[in-house]
Amino acid sequence: MAVRALVRLPPTVRRGEVFEVRTTLAHPMETGYRRDSDGRMLARDIVRRLEVRLAGEPVFAADLHPAIAANPFVAFTLVAQAGGPLVLRWTGDRGFDHTETVMLVVE
Amino acid sequence: MTVAIDRRRAVLAVSVLPLWPAAAARATPAALEAAMQAFTGGAPVRDGRVAIEIAELIENGNTVPVALTVDSPMTAADHVQRLALFTERNPQPEVAVFHLSPASGRARVATRMRLATSQRVVALARLSDGSCWRHQVEVVVTLAACVEG
Repeated sequence: MAVRALVRLPPTVRRGEVFEVRTTLAHPMETGYRRDSDGRMLARDIVRRLEVRLAGEPVFAADLHPAIAANPFVAFTLVAQAGGPLVLRWTGDRGFDHTETVMLVVE
Repeated sequence: MTVAIDRRRAVLAVSVLPLWPAAAARATPAALEAAMQAFTGGAPVRDGRVAIEIAELIENGNTVPVALTVDSPMTAADHVQRLALFTERNPQPEVAVFHLSPASGRARVATRMRLATSQRVVALARLSDGSCWRHQVEVVVTLAACVEG
């Protein structure tokens, strides 16, 4: 199944200017604390980590727990001296692994 | 007639499926303390510098916007390394840990969380000098994280 992820950042940023990156991933974030209508426990299935690299360098990461809402939204800020590929990688339960790459343009 | 009732029951059965169990697994103040201790590594915690932005009255606990900010210049010499969010009465005290660096430029993150009930929400920040800072707020949840099949 295709994974849907949304990454939003300004089309261009100025050198040294702080900007925001907003990310949303389509994922149920099943907590592992719920039962189905037959009373069976639903196994935990969450995204556990988001790692962000700019031009290969790690710049941000988040460890997520079941208390993060479904379709996990994470927004954070960055400042860059030069542009390059911004690579976002989400990993989680059941071997979940999704990478999204956007180009950061620095003027 | 019977068909209509059965359908209504079926809809009810699905709609009351709780996102968190009513009372089965729930963190305690002791579990919260232990989780915060693991984050700080035993360093003393002071109130201030970090701030939680969250509504005090929450209508829907399934997806609650929350933002964390820290008063920090975010320079190589003085920056926030880690920023964490905890709850007192969700099944687990941990919500998220954010790893920041001077490349963050500013110490601000935002996400959306689940809240099982009215409770205390705590943010902790660990700075590059090793100091730890805290902010905690009491929130009231009118519709707990539930009724979402």
